[in-house]
Amino acid sequence: MPVVIVDGQEIEIGADERLNCIEAARRAGAEIPHYCWHPGLSVVASCRMCLIETGQRDAASGKITMVPKLVPGCQTPVKDGTVIVTKSDLVTSSRARVEEALLIDHPIDCPICDKAGECLLQDYHFQHGQAERRADLHPFTSRKRDVGPTVTLFVDRCIMCTRCVRFTREVAGTAELMVTSRGAKEEIDVFPGFPLDNKLSGNVVDVCPVGALGDKDFLYQQRVWFLKREANVCGGCSAGCSIYTEHNQDTVYRLKPRENPQVNAWWICDEGRYGWHHLHDPARLVEAGRRRPAERGRPTEYEPVEWADLVVRLRDDLTRAGRLAVAVSPMLTVEEAWMLCAVARSIDPQAYLAVGHLPTTDSDETFPGGFTIRAEKCPNRRGVEAVVALFDPAVHGWSDLLAHVGGGNADAAWITAGYPTSGRGPWIDTETAATFANLSCLVVQDMFDTPLSQLASWRLPAAGFAERAGTWVNVAHRAQAFEQAIRPPAGVWPEGRLFWNMLGRRGLYDPSAVRRQLAESASLAALAGEIPAHGVDLRIHQLA
Amino acid sequence: MQPFKPVLLEAVGVPDGNTLASYKSRGGYAPLEQTLAGRQSADVVEMVKSSGLRGRGGAGFSTGLKWTFLPKDHPGPIYLCVNADESEPGTFNNRILMEDDPHQVIEGIILSSFATRASTAYIYLRYEYPTAWHRLQAAIDEAYAAGYLGKNIRGSGFSLDIYLHRGAAAYICGEETGLIESLEGKRAWPRIKPPFPAIEGLFRKPTVVNNIETMACVAQIARRGVDWFKSIGVPADPNNPRDPGSYGPKLYCLSGHVEKPGCYEAPLGITARELIDHFGGGVWRGRRAKAVIPGGISMGLMTESELDTPLDFAGPGRVGCLGLGTAAVVVIDDQTSIVDFLHNSCRFFAHESCGQCTPCREGTSWSLRMLERIKAGKGRLKDLDLLAEIGNTMGMMPGSTICGLADGAAWPIKNAIKKFRGEFEDHIKRTNPSGWMVTDPVPALQIVGAH
Repeated sequence: MPVVIVDGQEIEIGADERLNCIEAARRAGAEIPHYCWHPGLSVVASCRMCLIETGQRDAASGKITMVPKLVPGCQTPVKDGTVIVTKSDLVTSSRARVEEALLIDHPIDCPICDKAGECLLQDYHFQHGQAERRADLHPFTSRKRDVGPTVTLFVDRCIMCTRCVRFTREVAGTAELMVTSRGAKEEIDVFPGFPLDNKLSGNVVDVCPVGALGDKDFLYQQRVWFLKREANVCGGCSAGCSIYTEHNQDTVYRLKPRENPQVNAWWICDEGRYGWHHLHDPARLVEAGRRRPAERGRPTEYEPVEWADLVVRLRDDLTRAGRLAVAVSPMLTVEEAWMLCAVARSIDPQAYLAVGHLPTTDSDETFPGGFTIRAEKCPNRRGVEAVVALFDPAVHGWSDLLAHVGGGNADAAWITAGYPTSGRGPWIDTETAATFANLSCLVVQDMFDTPLSQLASWRLPAAGFAERAGTWVNVAHRAQAFEQAIRPPAGVWPEGRLFWNMLGRRGLYDPSAVRRQLAESASLAALAGEIPAHGVDLRIHQLA
Repeated sequence: MQPFKPVLLEAVGVPDGNTLASYKSRGGYAPLEQTLAGRQSADVVEMVKSSGLRGRGGAGFSTGLKWTFLPKDHPGPIYLCVNADESEPGTFNNRILMEDDPHQVIEGIILSSFATRASTAYIYLRYEYPTAWHRLQAAIDEAYAAGYLGKNIRGSGFSLDIYLHRGAAAYICGEETGLIESLEGKRAWPRIKPPFPAIEGLFRKPTVVNNIETMACVAQIARRGVDWFKSIGVPADPNNPRDPGSYGPKLYCLSGHVEKPGCYEAPLGITARELIDHFGGGVWRGRRAKAVIPGGISMGLMTESELDTPLDFAGPGRVGCLGLGTAAVVVIDDQTSIVDFLHNSCRFFAHESCGQCTPCREGTSWSLRMLERIKAGKGRLKDLDLLAEIGNTMGMMPGSTICGLADGAAWPIKNAIKKFRGEFEDHIKRTNPSGWMVTDPVPALQIVGAH
């Protein structure tokens, strides 16, 4: 195995690994500061923050020959015998000078900058900069430039690492951003009439190491040190991108991509990034209710029901009604889906189980950098199908369910939905909803009022993506487990908690207990044990 | 001083010397025809290699050696880029060659393309040279008409197209990878190396980048022979195995405070004093030289006492300059302020820094701001230390930048501060009697833009 020597410490790297000095040093626990280098973008070696000393150890004699000048760590690949020095006086003074140079024109407006607290310029200056300013004092400037619908550019904060420019060229393929002017007058800009407006635009804010690119959606909303982050999975489409939900006091403030080489690499799309506002939409259903008997001339009313009562009454009502049909929503987690099926079959052993409505758009959209936005706008179709298959090998879909109910084969239906449709139209139209009009009992579990929920005899609120815990299986059969990030609004039980209680289980809802049980079936065996941060491929154990 | 008959500048002053007929009457294109008729491309490479020709663009790298870095048996295309983006201040030798003897350049390009197996050559021409543009284009058209360019030249099976590309006036386009990026239609930000252009250059194909004067030299070597070329100049230093010698004639651009500025051809190794006195008619108005730039301002400064330094590839380096550069000798007389010189130099590099690498982008503009302040009578002695530190830490040589522009910006600073520190200190103390000793940061001046 090739051996790399980092600050005197020998580390082994894989024989086929192609690492640069930054990556190799990181393995040895030495952090080489860098701005322009990003593992997902091309190497430009222009910020010069990662300058280090390198050398080569001769395999035969063991003699080390050093390169007589500084080299950029990002641009220098390591091989067997590469010597990396990250802490010499030459390196330290070079970093201090780069920091000093970057701050010559920087407004140093951290108190009013959204990036403060997670800013590389701040961090590196603290670690590598010098306390004293030697350059002339400049009058304060802070120019803002609107570069697109999602992003504001704070021109003077920019350090010209060009990560954003490379992102729009290499990953999004839209190339809206560019560098104008020359030398110290250089600025990031867009061409007049061609704003930064693509479906991945929010990522430029993530790649920006300083406070130059501000996300309009998050700007001035919250200081980052108040935010707590929970590793989560985006529910926007079947890609199932790994994300962090960043929240404070049960309010989500932003979503950030979580690096996952198996799913989304470093990126997420804008649809997912800004797709959390429905969680805090005032129009959300937040109360479980039983429909009052209709009175002529009065609108439909729901009488509030305590959840503890509901667990009993719902079962009674459904048992009384007779033949049950259930739509298992692809927004549910694998665990919730399984418990729902189990509850349904315990009420009616012949209950008709079908995968719920699958919201879709025209087609998948793949960007030049390989990132794909899926047409299927739900996160867990694969998982729900696998669960339903455990109960009924002929996995029915939503249209099968409509035909089943429309053919008069059911007396009761339990429709789980939970589609994040805030601001868009309801997911179901009045005509389709009418299929369920003549049932003796209709349970609808949804986040928003729809033509269907208006027919419901039981109208139950649903939880949003950050409010549930469990496992989703994406389009590539990768199962990712996640914890609940925030509590749902007062009065809402996440589906899992309701099903857990209806199954008569004790204690708090525990997804991992359900998962252990699920892992006993062959098709879901991969769910056994702890699920790693990057998820696990459900097909692995089946192939083996 | 031995009398020397110009070779590269043979056509200067000849009526219609820029035409094909005139060039052929001087023996032009005959070597090309012989080469195409009977020689292999490897022979031409060997000829140039053995002549000891070193690139005339500034770095002085062996031309023949550079050609051998091209991958063997490459399926092609291989490109030849001819660097005519002559923008080093004080330099105008390429201009003379392109305006007065474009066919000499074109013959050199054809020979070099034949040697490197390139079937396409691009001339990257500086925007500010309209006459050179017209004359080069006319010469290229003539060469096509005469069958020296195009498909299957003279029945040899060798084909070559030359495209004349006009730049948009940026100094950085003279850096070879900046030139390549610009030719590709991109912002001229120099590329990181490796890969070097010989492996992956223009359009990611093997590419040779050579200077106009180098091309003219190739034509002359083909016409007059390797021995003729090696008989001129300074032989390799036997005590220095890394010195390949400085052979051949060189065009020196003499300007500044001399009686007769101009482009003069002389053997490599002529001293600056000989050049000024013999060709330039001495420093103007009977004055003495205070400093001389040996090869474009990025090479730094020689003092009056260093004027006997030979202007070959090794000479200027021995007195602390960066090198011979473009051999553009600029004379600064003893009544000129070196503060003004450095201010002008810093203004140029702050304006021309491409802005890619932090140390150069910020270092060039910081040094300009300090010089602005020193000139405005608000200088401090501490500024000289800061300037020296910028000069010593900015550039490819300390490893802090991608390309050599920063070295070129750093050398005048560190040479001026080192060799003329007394004058700077006098200026600062005289103009800022109450503040020269301040060491805390002072408010910046409003900079009036360069242009």
